[in-house]
Amino acid sequence: MAVKLKKDIFKIANKNLKSRLIVGTGKYRSYQETASAVNASGADMVTVAVRRVNITDKKKPLLTDYLNPKKIILLPNTAGCFTSEDALRTLRLAREMGGWKLVKLEVLGDKKTLYPNMIETIKSTKILVKEGFKVMVYCSDDPLLAKKLEDNGASAIMPLASPIGSGLGLQNKMNISLIIKQSKVPVIVDAGIGTASDATVAMEMGCDGVLINSAIANAKSPILMAKAFKDAVISGRNSYLAGRMKKKFLASASSPKKGLI
Amino acid sequence: MAKIQLNGKKITIKPNISVFDLLKKYKLINKKIAVEYNGKILQKNSFKKKLLNNNDKIEIVHFIGGG
Repeated sequence: MAVKLKKDIFKIANKNLKSRLIVGTGKYRSYQETASAVNASGADMVTVAVRRVNITDKKKPLLTDYLNPKKIILLPNTAGCFTSEDALRTLRLAREMGGWKLVKLEVLGDKKTLYPNMIETIKSTKILVKEGFKVMVYCSDDPLLAKKLEDNGASAIMPLASPIGSGLGLQNKMNISLIIKQSKVPVIVDAGIGTASDATVAMEMGCDGVLINSAIANAKSPILMAKAFKDAVISGRNSYLAGRMKKKFLASASSPKKGLI
Repeated sequence: MAKIQLNGKKITIKPNISVFDLLKKYKLINKKIAVEYNGKILQKNSFKKKLLNNNDKIEIVHFIGGG
């Protein structure tokens, strides 16, 4: 008999997403490579940065010529902002560009570790929510601060696995688990994932999604790695939904004893 | 002539040109961009009315690849 699987819907701020993998669009060799990797990843949401238009080179290619905002959700991000003022300015400009209300907030606190400044992050979340933004928030893996973000109206909690671009994977699984357990909004592991299996582990733990940039863009073959992450996230999610077996200390034979010759 | 600052660079423009004219010059009409005029966001419907004066500071931003 065919088993009917329940529909597994991933929703952020009332937006239905097909993929639980969100990808960043930085660090690629070209926009063509970015577009091919995004396509291979199956992601329907990508993060983008807001920067000055290059006025000295009018022929410089535009990201939006390669990623169609009608087909893929562009998630404006405040990467590189170290103060609440800069982050707010960036996201208000992003909204002006074309009605973007769903945004990703990150306010950094330290240049070496790119660790988030949680005081400024909480302050910014409050203001943005008041202004009608739907804010997905990059944060430290402290469960208390994650709760504070949720209480202030964050649409998604995005704790780091390890420092941005480090590829060190999940360094504090216990904290991530605590955040997953307590959160009513989606929890998306952001930053630090190094390879596809890290994403599977995060999804098996019950994360709602993962955000990957460097692990794909810095792979020898970014397009193949994008596909690896697509499969890894689906596998991890299915494994989480299926519910893993209990661990035992001793062996338990797989074949029955009855009929043994 | 008027001297303005565009995206951090000092440039000289003809007098009485609007933000819209400036965008046209840089082939940015109908592109996904946002404009800040002296530190404040300038809405699209004001691009034609807003004339540039000496020492104005303009920022034009767009989306680029990022994490």
